[in-house]
Amino acid sequence: MSAAGGVKDETILEVRDLRTHFFLRRGVVKAVDGVSFTLRRGEVLGLVGESGCGKSVTALSLMRLLPKGGARAIGGEVLLDGTDILTLGDSQMREIRGRKISMILQDPQTSLNPVFTVGDQLRESIFRRAGGRTAQIMREAVAALRRVDIAAPEQRIGQYPHQMSGGMKQRVVGAIVMSGEPEVLIADEPTTALDVTIQLQYLKLLQRLQRETGMAILFITHDFGVVARLCDRVAVMYAGRIVECGPVQEVFEHPSHPYTQALIASVPAMTGPIGRLTTIEGQPPSLMDLSAGCRFEPRCRHAEARCREAYPPPVGVGPDHTADCWRLQPA
Amino acid sequence: MRRIPWIPITIISVIVIMAAFAPLIAPYSPIDQTLPDKLLPPFWLEGGRGKYILGTDPFGRDILSRLIHGARVSLIVALLALTAGGGVGLAIGILAGYLGGPVDSVLMRLVDAAFTFPAILFALLLAVTMGQGMATLVIAISLLLWASFARIIRGEVLALKQRDFVALAKVRGCSALRIMLTHILPNVLNTFMVLVTLNIGVVIIAEAALSFLGAGIPPPTPTWGLMISEGRGRIADAWWVSLIPGIAITLLVLSVNLFGDWLRDRLDPRLRQL
Repeated sequence: MSAAGGVKDETILEVRDLRTHFFLRRGVVKAVDGVSFTLRRGEVLGLVGESGCGKSVTALSLMRLLPKGGARAIGGEVLLDGTDILTLGDSQMREIRGRKISMILQDPQTSLNPVFTVGDQLRESIFRRAGGRTAQIMREAVAALRRVDIAAPEQRIGQYPHQMSGGMKQRVVGAIVMSGEPEVLIADEPTTALDVTIQLQYLKLLQRLQRETGMAILFITHDFGVVARLCDRVAVMYAGRIVECGPVQEVFEHPSHPYTQALIASVPAMTGPIGRLTTIEGQPPSLMDLSAGCRFEPRCRHAEARCREAYPPPVGVGPDHTADCWRLQPA
Repeated sequence: MRRIPWIPITIISVIVIMAAFAPLIAPYSPIDQTLPDKLLPPFWLEGGRGKYILGTDPFGRDILSRLIHGARVSLIVALLALTAGGGVGLAIGILAGYLGGPVDSVLMRLVDAAFTFPAILFALLLAVTMGQGMATLVIAISLLLWASFARIIRGEVLALKQRDFVALAKVRGCSALRIMLTHILPNVLNTFMVLVTLNIGVVIIAEAALSFLGAGIPPPTPTWGLMISEGRGRIADAWWVSLIPGIAITLLVLSVNLFGDWLRDRLDPRLRQL
């Protein structure tokens, strides 16, 4: 694990000013509007934000799997190992999907094809990567199931998805995705649909697989507890933009953007006196008519005139830690 | 698990065997006329003779022999029409449902157009232009079938393609063609099989109706529909001429539907091994 996981400075995925808009009859929804971040080899980057802030659309843009009917990545670059994948043709993109960049989806109940055994689905994936003979593939499939902690994989491999629990299905999905040996894994709230007791198990499994393979993970969640447990760095997203990004401990101890501060304040504390939970007043802005200024301005306690006029540039507030806020600008 | 429907399976098997070995099983020629023996009732009725178990028609032909040979025509027409019409409908349904967009619009407008054709009238038109015969009959019935197959399969595919396993297949790098063939197709096969069995009845009845109207297989070749048609003028005094092939159609269609019902449950993996 040290051989692959050791190099932490090399960038594997760089997203620059990504813009994904939905062109609808009623108008343009700017779901992702200028997102930039980097993902280094062997690191886990958490992408947090509330529902509808553009996390999942960011993920789908990276996979080039945006829903048909109006969604388009209209700008920016997604450099995967130096290649801008937004410019690739469909067949080139298919070569990359599953092998260089892969994804675990939210709901294990529908992630598996109900008419095939899990073994068939796993073998399809192994065969696509490596080819080989049936017996060989079968052995690899059993090994892949064992690797994701499925007991008695020889029996499980002949079973249909409906014969398995949600947690087990999500582990099978993990095995299918891992069998492509991706360098970058996007996990879009993979534990949301699981029981709380199973969630921790699954996170530990992901962590172990990440250490064994040295892949980079973009972990999308709205749960700060998960971020604290799993991630090296965290990016906080609000209304289509990343407002703060930095090492997990840094961001938790010194949240710099007012939105991050409010988010962390609204997580109930497990210790100390019991008080009312802090909430953030108001609603996130409509992604259809965004102002030129800071998106958080209408809800921000520290809003000033300049916040309304232009979007603040990122400011370095600590080692490897940036936030987009005018108040942090050196005067 | 439902019990295996032995009675329908037996009836279907008997009819299939009859159709397959018609010349060996039938006691008489289905075409040769024996006019002195015309309109004899089945043997258990007064005036019936043991020689003609199910009686004879207005031309003195043995009804049992005609029934046996007629099964052959009915089943071959059903098989060909369902393969052609059902297959085209399945392919169009999957393409339209999965690809969506302009492909979907064009194909579904075609389906709408197909529904506006009065099927019987169209079959009559075909019979006039192409001449009567098996090919005309199969084409006419296929044209009647494909649109409803396409529409139902498309609806199924629309629901299926939203499921995450399709997304996961894309994540693995599968092409659209591969997803349609290996992920969508097996999932709609249950629906397809049920549609096929339910439509066997429709096809046999359509074949009978068209033959009855004279747009099907030309006489004297026996088909069940034609046999009903030939007896319609004598229904008051020689009811068996029409009723016996009518009963045969009812039995076959009912058996096939019961079998189809069972097959649907059997093919659903969620119900297997419960």
